[in-house]
Amino acid sequence: MAMAIHKYDAVVIGAGGAGMRCSLQLARAGLRVAVLSKVFPTRSHTVAAQGGIGASLGNMDEDNWHYHFYDTVKGSDWLGDQDAIEFMCREAPKVVYDLEHMGMPFDRNPDGTIYQRPFGGHSAKYGEKPVPRACAAADRTGHAMLHTLYQQNVKSNTTFFVEWMALDLIRDSEGDVVGVTALEMETGDVSIFHAKCVLLATGGAGRIFAASTNAFINTGDGLGMAARAGIPLEDMEFWQFHPTGVHNAGVLLTEGCRGEGAILRNKSGERFMERYAPKLKDLAPRDFISRCMDQEIKEGRGCGPNADYIELDLTHLGGETIMKRLPSVHEIGKNFANVDVIKQPIPVVPTIHYQMGGVPTNIHGQVVVPKNGNPNTVVNGLYAIGEVSCVSVHGANRLGTNSLLDLLVFGRAAGNHLVETALGSKSHKPLPANAADYTMSRLAVIDGSSSGEYPQDVANDLRKAMQLHAGVFRTQKSMDEGVAKVIAIDERAKSLSLKDKSKVFNTARIEALEVGNLMEAAKATMVSAAARHESRGAHTVDDYGDTAENPLGRNDREWMKHTLWFSEGNRLDYKPVNLKPLTVDSIPPVKRTF
Amino acid sequence: MLTDLQLSRLRWRCRRGFLENDIVLTRLLDRRGAGFSDIEHEQLLTLIALDDNDLWDIIAGRKNDFPANTSEMVSTLRDTLSTH
Repeated sequence: MAMAIHKYDAVVIGAGGAGMRCSLQLARAGLRVAVLSKVFPTRSHTVAAQGGIGASLGNMDEDNWHYHFYDTVKGSDWLGDQDAIEFMCREAPKVVYDLEHMGMPFDRNPDGTIYQRPFGGHSAKYGEKPVPRACAAADRTGHAMLHTLYQQNVKSNTTFFVEWMALDLIRDSEGDVVGVTALEMETGDVSIFHAKCVLLATGGAGRIFAASTNAFINTGDGLGMAARAGIPLEDMEFWQFHPTGVHNAGVLLTEGCRGEGAILRNKSGERFMERYAPKLKDLAPRDFISRCMDQEIKEGRGCGPNADYIELDLTHLGGETIMKRLPSVHEIGKNFANVDVIKQPIPVVPTIHYQMGGVPTNIHGQVVVPKNGNPNTVVNGLYAIGEVSCVSVHGANRLGTNSLLDLLVFGRAAGNHLVETALGSKSHKPLPANAADYTMSRLAVIDGSSSGEYPQDVANDLRKAMQLHAGVFRTQKSMDEGVAKVIAIDERAKSLSLKDKSKVFNTARIEALEVGNLMEAAKATMVSAAARHESRGAHTVDDYGDTAENPLGRNDREWMKHTLWFSEGNRLDYKPVNLKPLTVDSIPPVKRTF
Repeated sequence: MLTDLQLSRLRWRCRRGFLENDIVLTRLLDRRGAGFSDIEHEQLLTLIALDDNDLWDIIAGRKNDFPANTSEMVSTLRDTLSTH
């Protein structure tokens, strides 16, 4: 039977905030848009975002985009591209008002303006004082955003393909992207989506780590597709951690615990943060505490039978305070750690939260690669937006509330760019004769395997290795060992076995395909991390500490550059950071202190 | 008892946008496997058709206005949450 071919102007892979913001822009312009999603759109991981959208509306106090720009550049530890950061911060109020006009139920001030809450790292007057900049819908901002965007997309005739998994990009002989192959879970059949452009909006790959706040769907599918198509992944060594994820669950305990006086203790019951941060103790910054916790565990002072977690002690706060101020922590303790936090400490570990790197793009969302001496040559027909992409606005560390902002700004920008460049009047480039051959050969290996390991066993070993070697506390030796280990696991992943060989809704088959994507994201992370011989933002390496020449271990002279990892041969390349904003003066690098 | 296909489909639809729901639903499926009655299966399908935040509020016991005729499965999910 001939393979089905679906023809659209644009195909968006992923129905989270970025994908649906982009598809809406395209559908409203009358383009034929397909959105492919592994799960129902409103169950994308954007739904988990609580905090808010950063935008300098100035509704609570004096604010403007210049201050937001400064905070974001500083937060990125000068690895963010300042043109992209300026673009994002200037566009921020527009995308918030757009959502407001679509019916997003933002929290309000008594005068009817959008209420804005304070968030760490956001300041006015270039770091002088905190400013409330986060626009939120209670603690359900992501949920409200997804619903708003989904309804608008339905109204605008976007076509959704739900429970479809995109597999491989189709590139023609000139390297242009002309479509994508995808698997319909209900039938197990593969189809071709022939398109004038493909947009990756698949989110991050947080499930490459054992301790992750990410939902199970976050398997880095867009990263895998890009890597297999010869496109590099940028700055994948930078991952944001949260210090207090519940051990063996990943569920987050709010930072409010430590604000209320909770104490981190090692196996001896020692309040170890007193040693690392005598003044701030348990209230030291998030990334610093995470590294101290990991160091305690690595040096054998972890708690529990495997000495692999730290205990967060709230018992001295008393039941009344806990139930009044931290009821959700009590609930999480009971449900995910089997612990009554009024009576016992709760096991926690530093937990992966957000991927700063991804598929390299420009401010229009166009994917860019090095070619003929130009590090940012556009790949025709391919865009990436949201967490899967690296514009790069987050650089080495993301500022809170900038993730939802990133989705909206660049989802909209990519849509606008396609409309402005008259996508509708262009014709489809022909599909190559072998358009689906690569995909079918990958599936044939999985379907035909009679021996080998189960996908989940390999994935679990990968997660353990990543946690150990690319976790929050990094040493050069451990990262080098991690590279060898991940490459060995990659070999195992090439011969996965399935118990069930059926095609119809075979979840094991889908998981095997996801493992392939996890592997690409993990190799990119591990290899890029081991090669970066400095400390910067979330990539802090014990070997590269604070010196007069390299304050806090950051070596701008040699390492102020973006990493580009290529799957073929595990090869690395680099490209310069863009320190030149679009219209304003550059923020020159200084030592990052708070 | 569910068929292999029913279980496989159910397992996929228990993939959520929200880690808390992922954990509880996976825990339930790992414990029960295909051993759901038709009524339990129907109730679970009704509940997982809800949005993640609403589903989590029901499972966590913050909300009691769940869909009609799903009370047995709500109890099962709450038990699953509280037993490790």
